[in-house]
Amino acid sequence: MTDIIIHCAVALLFPPLLLGVIGKTKAVFAGRVGAPYFQPYYDLIKLFRKGSVFSDTTTWVFRAGPVVTLSAILIAVLLIPLGRHAAPLSFSGDLVLFTYLFGLSRFFTTIAALDTGSSFEGMGAAREVTFSCLAEPTLFFALITLARLSKSLSLSTILTHATSATWFASGASMLLLVAALFITLLAENSRIPFDDPNTHLELTMIHEVMVLDHSGPAFGMILYGAALKLFVLGAVFINVALPVSTGIALADWVIFIAGMLVLAVVIGTVESVMARLRMVRIPQLLVGATILSAFAMMLVLR
Amino acid sequence: MNLFADQLLVLVMLINLVMLGTSRLIFSIRAVAVQGVILGILPGLIHPFSTHLATITAVIILAKGVAIPYLINEAVRKAHIRREVEPFIGYVPTLLLGAVFTALSFVFAEQLPLAPEHKDLLFVPASIATLLTGFLLLTTRRKAISQVIGYLVMENGIFLFGLLLSEAMPFMVEAGALLDLLVGIFVMGIVINQISREFSSIDTSRLSALKEE
Repeated sequence: MTDIIIHCAVALLFPPLLLGVIGKTKAVFAGRVGAPYFQPYYDLIKLFRKGSVFSDTTTWVFRAGPVVTLSAILIAVLLIPLGRHAAPLSFSGDLVLFTYLFGLSRFFTTIAALDTGSSFEGMGAAREVTFSCLAEPTLFFALITLARLSKSLSLSTILTHATSATWFASGASMLLLVAALFITLLAENSRIPFDDPNTHLELTMIHEVMVLDHSGPAFGMILYGAALKLFVLGAVFINVALPVSTGIALADWVIFIAGMLVLAVVIGTVESVMARLRMVRIPQLLVGATILSAFAMMLVLR
Repeated sequence: MNLFADQLLVLVMLINLVMLGTSRLIFSIRAVAVQGVILGILPGLIHPFSTHLATITAVIILAKGVAIPYLINEAVRKAHIRREVEPFIGYVPTLLLGAVFTALSFVFAEQLPLAPEHKDLLFVPASIATLLTGFLLLTTRRKAISQVIGYLVMENGIFLFGLLLSEAMPFMVEAGALLDLLVGIFVMGIVINQISREFSSIDTSRLSALKEE
């Protein structure tokens, strides 16, 4: 019971801090002081206190977009085990639901963007859909590989199964999986080298462009949903990459949160040392990630 | 030990995919050099130590990891080319083809009647995958240098297969094959220089069109 409460509390309150840590890391690399760690929380509070402006050309789809997106990701949070504890919700085959909850949230973001009738947002929607349909197989191959290793179809078992023993027995495929998952993590959350979350230049935007017309609480929900998505995929990554289990519940939570903070620093470092890729190179990298995870699956199936 | 050999073989197959995906010649030359060094280390992992083995390891690392890449590098420097510009098939399709070929080689290796002690190792699928990657590089790239690299990768694949037999295979055979390869690279280097001097380009697809000046 306490684990479920901690699970919900961590999942609801922790995600924006990741964005703050990423921002701070980038600031340190650039030699700036940077915004405080809790800046994303202040931004969210500010947005939720504002009023909304809805364009006359939009329909209910535009208003439903952020709500459905956020709720789909909130359900995904419940399916995923955090810090070696079983998830509140789990059943056999929930990995398919997990992956398609992201699909649902993406569908509603893009359809809300198309609903505005702006050709500019349509361009962003087209890009988002193109790149995510290349990123989705990677996630699936990775989950199938882990499912095969743990001989189960439930995320709670799949993601808590990996231990240091698994790493010794099938180190090559685990390493490939970690690399593929990290690339997917960056691509799905539109971080550098796939998309620059800070730009407002029309030619470089992918995700950012789709939410330009949202304002106030709706935009707050989108930002919060993005932070949650980073948190969920980061948790999948941490579960695979950091298979430490002490057996003490509290220690596992602390290790998990420390791991997530380190991951945020790593993402910030990647963003500081790399430039955004050219648009034509992005599919190449995503296909590369898919091949890595497919290769990992092949090694495990053999 | 065999587990470690398997990880190295996975690395060899990843290098194959890297070579299919990159457009930079210098990068693929380095990749092929790394592959050569890995191939040099491998015999030491699966066979007991002997002077015969030590010589093979040293010769292979020197030839595949140092000498041949150095020669190709020189050729690239002299011909002033940096990247493969227009392959017959693009990079993403060749990468996907390479992945499919790797998968097929796993399937094919399952079917082969292998000795039971070789069954669980990755040697046979890795060697077939490397061989097929070499074929792909040879057939899809335009530049003569890329084709030489493809030829090298193919030889690496054959070498991987021979590794299983290295107890039975006399040193002389391996040395002869390496010598052949070295001579091949020399000849290719000279040919490449000639092509680039005569035609101011080393695009081999232009050689098939005859034209009076």
